[in-house]
Amino acid sequence: MKLGQLGLQALGKRLRGPGLAWRSGPFSIRLRTDLVAVRDGLHFLYADHPLVPGGDFCDGDITLRQPRAAWGWRRPMVQAHVDYQPIFEPVPVAHALPLVEWLLNWHVTAHGHHFLTVHAAALERDGKALLLPAPSGSGKSTLCAALVHRGWRLLSDEYALIDFATGLVHPLARPVSLKNQSIEVLRAFAPEAVFSAPAHGTPKGTLAQMKAPAAHVQRMDEPACPVWIVFPQWSPGATLLLQARPKARALLELTRQTVNLDLAGHDGFARLAELVTASECLDLRYDMLADAVAAIDAMAQAIDHAG
Amino acid sequence: MPGDLLTGLWTSNTAPQWHAADWERLFSQARRARLLGRVAWLLQTRGWTDCAPPEARVHLHNALRAVARQRQAAHWEVDCVRRAIGHLPTPVVLLKGAAYVLADLPPAKSRRFGDIDILVAAPALGAVEAALAAHGWAAMPLDPYDDRYYRQWSHELPPLRHEERGTMLDVHHCITQPGSRFAVDAQRLLADARPLQGQPGLMVLSPADMVLHAAAHLMQEGDLSRGLRDLLDMHDLLTCFGAQPDFWPALVDRAATLGLCEPLLDVLTQAQCKLGLVVPQPAWQQLQQQSARPLRHRLTAAMLAVALRPNHPDADCRSTRLVRAWFYLRAHRIRMPLHRTLPHLLHKAWLRLRHRPPGLT
Repeated sequence: MKLGQLGLQALGKRLRGPGLAWRSGPFSIRLRTDLVAVRDGLHFLYADHPLVPGGDFCDGDITLRQPRAAWGWRRPMVQAHVDYQPIFEPVPVAHALPLVEWLLNWHVTAHGHHFLTVHAAALERDGKALLLPAPSGSGKSTLCAALVHRGWRLLSDEYALIDFATGLVHPLARPVSLKNQSIEVLRAFAPEAVFSAPAHGTPKGTLAQMKAPAAHVQRMDEPACPVWIVFPQWSPGATLLLQARPKARALLELTRQTVNLDLAGHDGFARLAELVTASECLDLRYDMLADAVAAIDAMAQAIDHAG
Repeated sequence: MPGDLLTGLWTSNTAPQWHAADWERLFSQARRARLLGRVAWLLQTRGWTDCAPPEARVHLHNALRAVARQRQAAHWEVDCVRRAIGHLPTPVVLLKGAAYVLADLPPAKSRRFGDIDILVAAPALGAVEAALAAHGWAAMPLDPYDDRYYRQWSHELPPLRHEERGTMLDVHHCITQPGSRFAVDAQRLLADARPLQGQPGLMVLSPADMVLHAAAHLMQEGDLSRGLRDLLDMHDLLTCFGAQPDFWPALVDRAATLGLCEPLLDVLTQAQCKLGLVVPQPAWQQLQQQSARPLRHRLTAAMLAVALRPNHPDADCRSTRLVRAWFYLRAHRIRMPLHRTLPHLLHKAWLRLRHRPPGLT
């Protein structure tokens, strides 16, 4: 059963009681909260995600509670708990949805050690996966959201989960988080994109989540083989540049963007090296989103023709 | 109400036959107590891993991987410490997690720990801190009150963090606070420390002192939510060392010499009740004779049994909060005389009241 098939009332009842349990790719989560905004937000953003059948095992456990008002708080706040233990500082209730996304990201980095977790957006077309590894602020989520509306399947906008044994990238198929002017840029680029209500004034500015298309969510259990690794850099006023990146430098940057390389040790490094060897590695510098998307499409077609 | 699923695992003789939802609760309780690695190890050694649902086994596997990686990291980190301060005229004694790993003692097989703890001679503290600073370990930025607290009253320096690796190092000059009711003469500990095989320049506490440190640590730690981990360490150490025939009498003698009979008795009582530890009768009777206040001991035992339950709503009973608060206050009273405890607790309460989280305008 899908989350969206629950009515708002039934959803609220689960959230207030035993918890709402749903799955994104390989991770299932149980969430408890009284907050109506979170109920409505989840109902919208995660409507196509499968519910975890009652009584089944969930990987993680989150509770959002409104703490008693403290001195100096001017608006209602919400405190997140993992395993019933407070985590992160309280945030205003209006920021509860971005908070849920941070918690789900935290959950991947804390418990996802059966994958090599690379800080990268990941997309798929014709069975071939594209990784966009980059630090925050490089425009990777914006580019990812744009590609989703130009024929690429969304695997993940934040973490590429790489299987140790097969090297395949596993989808998370979660909403894409966009911030500040990216939201308007994407609305203009893809008017069909749907967003959650933006949260203003967070530590990262204004945040909104773009819903993952239903067809992409339905394929959340289909991994894909990485073929391209493109290192994006949004740079205002820059002329478009898409050029090969030396493999050694590609590997070096990938090790920096791999959040659990320390734990993965030698196996992890060997897997990254294999990934870089087998993939086409490129640097992408761009100003206009449409140019970047066209360049990536051309890159994908070139390999199609060559192959 | 499923209750405490965690503690009984170690004494159970039969494989757990649970629903998936109970496994989920067990994992939540175990993560909270920092014991998932330990649970994974237990299930593996008893051949019970396949009792867990397949989705849960992934977490067990990850937890064991994390423990293995941590052992490797601890060896590396200790080697860095040795290179920084090995030449100084003080013994360098590893404590707790790092000691278990480097001495290859049973708790190391499944224990997670955050910091490396070392014990050095008090007169060498200045030289040790300077040498560590030269090798990249810097004191965490603390407010002046906390810094003064560490340097004047505590048995350790403010926590040190390595600038590049981000690893934490606690430098102790004793195992208990100087003004504490359990105050121990650090000279005696250093005099009895044992060289670590294959690790020139490094030492560990003697077996008896290692056990007494674990006991004192548990009882003077204000937060008992991770107490079960310390209790399990203690159980493993005692089972290992207790194989030597003269260990138990020596332990009780040592506890009397160092003035640590009270915490040893309290902790042994819990290890017997909760984990089925077997204490030889002569040693047990001798220890009970040393304890001057049997009524007080029995009261503490009843309260400790509550406080050591997993810190998880499933396992809470009506008195849990009150009992935990009492141990929090008691730990401060053990560590400091009343005229220091009161201002210290008031200061902490004031900080908590004043605390304003970010995200405000």
